[in-house]
Amino acid sequence: MKTKYYKAKTLRLLSILLFSISVNSEFVYAEIYKIAPGDNSQEELQELLILAKPGDTIFLREGIYSFTDGLSLNQSHVTILGQGMDKTILDFSNQKSGAQGLLVSTDEVILKDFAIINAVGDGIKVVNANGIYFINIRTEWTNGPNTHNGAYGLYPVQSKNVFIQGCVAIGASDAGIYVGQSENIIVRNNIAKFNVAGIEIENSYYADVYNNKVSDNTGGILVFDLPDLPQQQGQNIRVFQNISKHNNTDNFAPAGNIVSNVPRGTGVLILGSKNVEIFENEISDNETINLAIVSYFEETDDPHYYPHPRSITINNNAFSNSGSNPDIKSNEMAKILNELADGDMPDIFWDGILPLSQIIFGQPKNESIIVRDNDNANFLKIDPIKFLLPFLDAAIIGHKNSDHERQPLGSVSIDVPWERID
Amino acid sequence: MINVNFFHGIKYYNLLLSGLLFFASILKAQSINDNAIMSDSFPKMLSEYNFFKDPVAQVPTNKVIPYQLMTELFSDYTKKKRFLYVPNNKKAVFEEDSVYQFPLGTALIKTFYYNDDERKVNPVPNLLETRVLLKRKYGWKAASYVWDIEKKDAELKIAGKTIHTSWINSDGDEKSVRYRVPNVNQCQECHESNKKVIPIGPKARNLNFNIYYSDIEKELNQLQYWFQMGLIDYPIVIDKTAVDWTDHNQSLDRRARSYLDINCGHCHRESGNAASSGLYLNLKETRDKHIGVYKKPVAAGRGSGGKLYSIVPGKPEDSILLFRMKSKDPGIMMPESGRALNHDEGINLIHDWIDNMSD
Repeated sequence: MKTKYYKAKTLRLLSILLFSISVNSEFVYAEIYKIAPGDNSQEELQELLILAKPGDTIFLREGIYSFTDGLSLNQSHVTILGQGMDKTILDFSNQKSGAQGLLVSTDEVILKDFAIINAVGDGIKVVNANGIYFINIRTEWTNGPNTHNGAYGLYPVQSKNVFIQGCVAIGASDAGIYVGQSENIIVRNNIAKFNVAGIEIENSYYADVYNNKVSDNTGGILVFDLPDLPQQQGQNIRVFQNISKHNNTDNFAPAGNIVSNVPRGTGVLILGSKNVEIFENEISDNETINLAIVSYFEETDDPHYYPHPRSITINNNAFSNSGSNPDIKSNEMAKILNELADGDMPDIFWDGILPLSQIIFGQPKNESIIVRDNDNANFLKIDPIKFLLPFLDAAIIGHKNSDHERQPLGSVSIDVPWERID
Repeated sequence: MINVNFFHGIKYYNLLLSGLLFFASILKAQSINDNAIMSDSFPKMLSEYNFFKDPVAQVPTNKVIPYQLMTELFSDYTKKKRFLYVPNNKKAVFEEDSVYQFPLGTALIKTFYYNDDERKVNPVPNLLETRVLLKRKYGWKAASYVWDIEKKDAELKIAGKTIHTSWINSDGDEKSVRYRVPNVNQCQECHESNKKVIPIGPKARNLNFNIYYSDIEKELNQLQYWFQMGLIDYPIVIDKTAVDWTDHNQSLDRRARSYLDINCGHCHRESGNAASSGLYLNLKETRDKHIGVYKKPVAAGRGSGGKLYSIVPGKPEDSILLFRMKSKDPGIMMPESGRALNHDEGINLIHDWIDNMSD
């Protein structure tokens, strides 16, 4: 019996060894470190985050970790693994230093199954990474929407191969899930609620945002392109099969931030950007507007910036109950919108602003704003010439826009190193 | 006879041995442990490098040369002593708008301390930490050593440390601070450029002034001294030179820009960690928008303080830049790390700079 046991054990060890050599030959000596909540866990964890070698896993046992200083990871190919977003909780309520809960500034890091709550600034910031995988992570400010909450929950910026799946983001005073100036992005199966912006993709290239549930934010899903930044001309963004509903929380972003301009009750907002597809989403019960397409509205002298949205396609979405109580008291954009719509808010709005030459000669077909097959959802656009002339109704209301047929965008693929967490 | 000779022999041998050991220990004490600088890991104790003849008084070993910077990074009013060690017969190469390219085996050493009472003629230094930047085969590596209570030696602290301490400033006020020794990652965050760790201070433009050298018993321009010591080939500066921000003979603009350069410019520049903000505060930046004039925040969150622009000319109180310098809230304050106190003099400088800007 005993021999058999040993044999079995040896065989198992051997197979594990062989497996790890074949799958992951660079990291044969990968270690698994385990940490439990305790008086010294802050220092223990931070030390491990520094001393970890590529391939190592840091395992955070369930419990509440009370941390006073922000954590940081700068060693590539490390996995931080908890026991679940409701079980392993990193609590930063008493944070004294560090501008975020966790800062990652390296490549190929997996973060899975833990929560970061009440960070003094951002929840998890990732900068300059190639390969960052957020899986089943929760970031939350537990006192609900409040202007003193941190800006972003999940905050990858200037990164490549950004993968966000199964996460929950609650209470951020800017965006719950924010991807900025990044490239090759998948955001799927997440929940974002009670943030100013649920999900925001900003100045980024190649993003698939799908199957997310986005509700009770100020604005549900935002696709933005902004001037004066190192990476511009945000493009090739697909937003599909999401639910964006009842995003009617009062805007609680500190003034000065771009999202402080988002009206309460916005389902989807496209600002600037090119090659954006919005399809097969359920967008409903947003009290200002279900979907709006607008130009950048501030003055800028950035010569590389193009402020108008172009090559946008809105099709096969299910819209319902848009604009029942627009944010006209506190939001300029909602007020203008409401006046143009004469109090009857459409599901889809486009401000119609174009460069002068395009106002005169028309928008090139390949840059057109396509609206089609959204059942009977109302579409309202502004005719810029009529808008400038008095006594003419500039609002054009219908169900569709542009007959142009455009080649659909391709899907984004990311090689997630699942073998590291199997 | 034989016995006596034998014993004499032993005695002689012992004497010789102890003499040799004595000289070896002097030699050891006077030469740097190059292996400790170049090895893959950090020695546990600072003394293992042999940087100091007298650690308490911070008297360096021969070949470890003191240096100073024109304008210093603010670190909670700590005083700093800086030292440079370059291995024998090796040279540092001048780089435009950057730090010197130092050879392998170089060590940059910086000790942080408070004087117990700044009003005293001979105050007692309270050594906090000594940071080292070591040029190894795979680039610069940073670590910090925290001084023990007796200040005899300092111990490696990979994960950093919090030190609650206090001192009496020149006005006679007792100031207390929750001083944070940075962890290794935090060292890298500030020292990173294009994903590589680099030193921040020793740029030719920051060294181009006289300091007193005890070995030659006179004042000399630091670049001249480095040249004489064979550390550099030419004592030249072709950059826009930083000025001492406390020097009122310089223009307000030069002083403010020099201050921002050293305190913010290592992250806030196109290759730095804060590049995504589009706010560039290094000396080389000339575009008003990117210096912050009427620039909207990008991802500041409550760091905006409800204000619309980084800098509103003539209106320091409406400028986010100044608001964040004045905050001690870690979710708002700038710099993000390395500061627990406000730098009142720096705040006044930037206040005046913005106040005097014309629209």
